[in-house]
Amino acid sequence: MTEFFELLKESIRTLRLNKMRTSLAVLGIVIGIGSVIALISIGQSSQAAITSQITALGSNLITISPGSQSSGRIRTATVRKTLTLADAEALKAADLSAVKSVSPEYSSRLQVVAGDANTNTTIYGATSTYSEIHNLKISGGRFITESDYNSNSHIAILGPTVVEDLFGSSSYNPISEIIRINGQNFTIVGVTVAKGSSGMTDSDDVIYVPLSTAMKQLFGITYLSAISIQAADSEVMVQAQNQVGYFLLARHKITDTTKADFTIKSQEDLLTTASSVAGTFTSLLSGVAAISLIVGGIGIMNIMLVTVTERTREIGLRKALGAKKKTIITQFLTESVILTFTGGILGVIIGIFTSYFYSRVNSSTFTISPYSVLLAFSVSVVIGVIFGWYPAKRAASLQPIEALRYE
Amino acid sequence: MPKPKSIIVVKNLSKIYKTDVLETVALDNVSFEIKEGEFVAIMGPSGSGKSTLMHIIGALDKPTSGHYVLDGKNVENLSDDELSEIRNKKIGFIFQAFNLLPRTTTLTNVMLPMTYAGIPKEERVKIATKFLNLVGLSDRLNHTSNQISGGQQQRVAIARSLVLNPALILADEPTGNIASAQADEIMSIFEKLNDQGHTIVMITHEPDIAQTAKRIIFIRDGKIVQDSINKNRRTAANIKKEVLKHD
Repeated sequence: MTEFFELLKESIRTLRLNKMRTSLAVLGIVIGIGSVIALISIGQSSQAAITSQITALGSNLITISPGSQSSGRIRTATVRKTLTLADAEALKAADLSAVKSVSPEYSSRLQVVAGDANTNTTIYGATSTYSEIHNLKISGGRFITESDYNSNSHIAILGPTVVEDLFGSSSYNPISEIIRINGQNFTIVGVTVAKGSSGMTDSDDVIYVPLSTAMKQLFGITYLSAISIQAADSEVMVQAQNQVGYFLLARHKITDTTKADFTIKSQEDLLTTASSVAGTFTSLLSGVAAISLIVGGIGIMNIMLVTVTERTREIGLRKALGAKKKTIITQFLTESVILTFTGGILGVIIGIFTSYFYSRVNSSTFTISPYSVLLAFSVSVVIGVIFGWYPAKRAASLQPIEALRYE
Repeated sequence: MPKPKSIIVVKNLSKIYKTDVLETVALDNVSFEIKEGEFVAIMGPSGSGKSTLMHIIGALDKPTSGHYVLDGKNVENLSDDELSEIRNKKIGFIFQAFNLLPRTTTLTNVMLPMTYAGIPKEERVKIATKFLNLVGLSDRLNHTSNQISGGQQQRVAIARSLVLNPALILADEPTGNIASAQADEIMSIFEKLNDQGHTIVMITHEPDIAQTAKRIIFIRDGKIVQDSINKNRRTAANIKKEVLKHD
């Protein structure tokens, strides 16, 4: 035991003697491990963020948008007018078995003014069913009601980002305040709970107004930008998609399904697409991480090889003075184990810290996969130990006189 | 007075270096004997084979053929680890290039052979301090090897060679890398050690230095050409400086 502690002390002493060499070796390991952990974590938290945001869009959600699904063309800014309020009313009236509720929607961006503050935000024309279908929670006040819709009332429900933009703080209670949208006065009656942002789009940067008001008085249009459908439950999603699809095809008098003038997408479709995008992203990051691990590994390899080769004369001297092969190998192995473990632990800490920092900056979920920590740590340690051990073994096997003469 | 025992017995020793095309005979059928308490200088021009002989005597290298008995122990067929042990216990090495551990304290350097002999720490410190004191470096215990002069480094190496009370002190060009004034100090230490009964074998090509030994073996082309008692010995009396702190 005392022998072990002496060996440990001697190794630490030697490592401290060569601060530059030691810190370079440790740095290589730290970068190798840290980047793997950070990159994998960033990939996973992005994936988790995308998934949670899509789930937050609503439960058992099916979205009908105007325009053809099969068009091979690039989507242009052309306004598609194929979905109308009448379609939504008919869907509601049809009372399809797999459909629980229907929410006709229209959204567009407009300039909004409150006092001397103004912002450009997305105005959502919605009905009372919107909040239920889209999992929209109200933190204060109320959402749009049937009577708001029927009376074209000038009321508005604000997302927290808009509250912040117009009133300086998202914690400000703006209820009963008046804002001007497109020159018309709207009374604020509610504020939504923050949903968070997904990359470029901020789902809290919105104002909800009654659909009737939006269509007739704000935008002067007759068509919708989307109809959201909530399926009765998650089991009947496909059924609901089919019922809605055939109903609308019949209503639009289209017999060839490939010529449909609308697109139906379920939340699942979105999730699948987004997950596969995020998955690609994660594998890209994992690839980068793997490369850094390899580069880090080669760095460790190099520094270990150089360290031991540089010390061949020292090994020769130690052998001349009576060190046995095993003693030499144990000494070098101890040094490389100390090096790689120190670097490994530092790398794990830095990797976790970087991921945490990333998640704070992007306000995304902070996830660390123990698997990536384990993988990065063990790969580096194995490389470090092998490449500390192998040249040491080679040097320890030299005749002392050859080692002493080594230049 | 009992007959002194043999420390080195070398019989028909040859060392041949072989490459694909060339065979170099470094040592050719060399035989000699060195007894306890002797102070022998092995001389010869470069390429004479004296270094090869020193490596074999020092158990750092193995002969191609012949026999070598060191302090009663047959050395020629030992394994690497057994040779390490022989070097550790029986031979005190002093190299031309000092070969101290770089950036390491004098004390730690001197303690190194004892570490490999498994001597406990407190005793190592005690013994190392004693021998550093003997070579006049008691005030340099915690200096690192790059903070002291060449002569001082060689004295550290001498202290290191003595700590396990070896049967043989083997010095390879001990003054080759140091200034002449300091070289005299080193030589007077050797003389003192020899007076105390240590057996010393010293390899050198400097006649001046060889003159301090009691016996000189001359090698040329791998053969011993002369082996005689040194009648014109240059002793400590000739050397003005007294460096040994006698206890």
